[in-house]
Amino acid sequence: MKLALVTDLHANREAVSAVMAHARAQGAQRFAFLGDYVGYGADPAWVVELVREEVARGAVAVLGNHDEAVVQGSRPTMTADARQVVEWTRSQLAPDQIDFLRARPLTAVDWDILYVHANAHAPAGWAYIEGRSEAVRSLQASDRRYTFCGHVHDQALYHLSSAGKAGDFAPTPGMPIPLSSHRRWLAIPGSAGQPRDGNPAACYAIFEPDVATLTFHRVAYDHDTAAAKVRAAGLPEALAQRLIHAG
Amino acid sequence: MPADAPAPRPGPLAPGQVVDGFVLEERAHQGGMAQLWRVSRLGSVDPLPLLMKVPRIKGGEDPASIVGFEVEQMIMPTLSGVHVPRFVAKGDFTELPYIVMERIAGASLRPRFDAAPVPLDEVAQVGAKVALALHDLHRQHVVHLDVKPSNIMFRAAADGTPGEAVLIDFGLSRHDQLPDLLEEEFELPMGTGPYMSPEQVQFVRNDPRSDLFALGVMLYHLATGARPFGAPTSVRGLRQRLYRDPMPPRALHPDCPPWLQEIILRCLEVKPERRYQSGAQLAFDLQHPEQVMLTERAERTARGGTLGVMRRWFGAMGAEPASDASAATQTARSRILMAAVDVAGADPALLASLRESVQRLLRTEPDTRLACVTVMKTNRIAMDELTDKDGSSKHVNLLVQLKNWARPLVQAIAPATGVPDGRITFQVLEAPDAASAIVDYAHKNRVDQIVMGARSSGGLRRYLGSVSAGVAADADCTVTVVRAPSSARSGGP
Repeated sequence: MKLALVTDLHANREAVSAVMAHARAQGAQRFAFLGDYVGYGADPAWVVELVREEVARGAVAVLGNHDEAVVQGSRPTMTADARQVVEWTRSQLAPDQIDFLRARPLTAVDWDILYVHANAHAPAGWAYIEGRSEAVRSLQASDRRYTFCGHVHDQALYHLSSAGKAGDFAPTPGMPIPLSSHRRWLAIPGSAGQPRDGNPAACYAIFEPDVATLTFHRVAYDHDTAAAKVRAAGLPEALAQRLIHAG
Repeated sequence: MPADAPAPRPGPLAPGQVVDGFVLEERAHQGGMAQLWRVSRLGSVDPLPLLMKVPRIKGGEDPASIVGFEVEQMIMPTLSGVHVPRFVAKGDFTELPYIVMERIAGASLRPRFDAAPVPLDEVAQVGAKVALALHDLHRQHVVHLDVKPSNIMFRAAADGTPGEAVLIDFGLSRHDQLPDLLEEEFELPMGTGPYMSPEQVQFVRNDPRSDLFALGVMLYHLATGARPFGAPTSVRGLRQRLYRDPMPPRALHPDCPPWLQEIILRCLEVKPERRYQSGAQLAFDLQHPEQVMLTERAERTARGGTLGVMRRWFGAMGAEPASDASAATQTARSRILMAAVDVAGADPALLASLRESVQRLLRTEPDTRLACVTVMKTNRIAMDELTDKDGSSKHVNLLVQLKNWARPLVQAIAPATGVPDGRITFQVLEAPDAASAIVDYAHKNRVDQIVMGARSSGGLRRYLGSVSAGVAADADCTVTVVRAPSSARSGGP
């Protein structure tokens, strides 16, 4: 069985379409979405609809901080750009689509896997996993062997041995990594809809539980069109630039 | 499913026991870290003789054996080719951890060391075989990091003589595209004392040239009967190799020729960038002693004086070795380029064009070595013609022409290094068929790219056939075919 892990989709239809097609071509039968379906991009309704259809077919989909913000509406504490994106996104979504986002759980557990958007130690606080110490905190907060999360847009893999030694690793796309059953693993598949590591190609990963193997992928997509749509929607120019330069 | 259940202690294994469809036949070895069993598949005959490796887990608490075995289970399935045992199956840690692999017949290289010093031909032959095995491993993104006699075996060739070298035991290895589970595990340098490279002593685990250092230690031992750095057991003892150079092999064993001392001491350089840059480049020198560029290393008769030691000691203090070289990238940028030059037959414009192409490649790849080769066509039937005076002067004449052709290349790269560093070698091959001689040479020497000229004249090509087409079709590496700029094309519309 192949499970595709897709996170931080950020209303980017072009990127998400390319990722879904790539994952299906790789033989993915199931999908898990790790949050942030909206925000930044020009196609929130399309992306939410796609996730809703996959959830109807049994996919996991947890809540992200951008989804929460759109559910709650803009607040004065947000920056002007963020307020604009949140209000614009709300205007694009049907009430039942907002209800779908509202109904997303903070975490989901299936078999030996914990799915969560930001971290396992305080999921509602949205703190990032930026290094080993946060990864270890998160791994220690869960009793599952595998934790899959998003929020951080770069691909990363952390591991914790039974002796308490932690390691981190920057994965090579396309290289299957065996996840030894003798340790615990936290994987961040990287953002599908807004990569930030200088490479505009969309990120995701495929997990094969039967053989405990994880493969990170990068998928080139039409980021120029996605950026043009951001501009056409009147969203901040920086968001269009970010899709092109992934900076 | 509890994630942190300790690995169950395997009960004593016994002959006849069946583990995941493998029948245990006979215990082949009981070591400190693992037991090895000859096994067979239950109910079917596997064409390969099989071996099962089971780690010894002392009370589930021994990180060295557990993590090392995790590493081996992770890396072995990614490897292929004749220089590693074929991976067959692995068992999970939650039940009984094991690896089933191809059993390599015969003994390891270890017993030969009891006979050291061994004949010099054997030193070079063994060294070249191991260097090629390491090259193949490095190309697969893996640094072995525990190269030593007991981890090297040989396949039996058809005639019963030792064939290709096979590397075993990947418990300390590092794959540059997989997590390094060992990186954080230990406070002490990982490796085997006598063979550990200086950068391994300093915790660098991703430099393939570490394996070439270890091979240098083995060559030194085989050639002289002694170990260059003894067998230290303390970190302080290990660190000595950062600043104390070994006794030159010729001082211990005067029969050791200068070219072999040159090769061995180059392998044992403290700084990886002063060693051979790839296993193939080391194998090339071991297979072509007459081509080894002798430097001051070949002449050394004693260890460096106190001043040099002091200088290096200060240099080693707190020095963090740079580690920008992962296995596959280091190997990929240290290529062997072959210029197949028809010095006697090609027209001057083509020869110039070929030289320019080669020079561009050398300029962009400072670690690439160039083998200049020309073929002296011999008569298929009357082979003895070679031995006459005419044949030998023809050979010398071709070599002179080949060196003359390459002179601008030598000049172009010499200023960069200041000293001739043996980056360019010259060879006249005597063979009846140029294309197959070139293909064969490229294969034997793990050439990465052949650059050669195309015959320009259509008539001549029709009559003689195209050597470059034959090489391009049959070579197992990249082939670049160069043409002289055409005057017709330069006219333009």
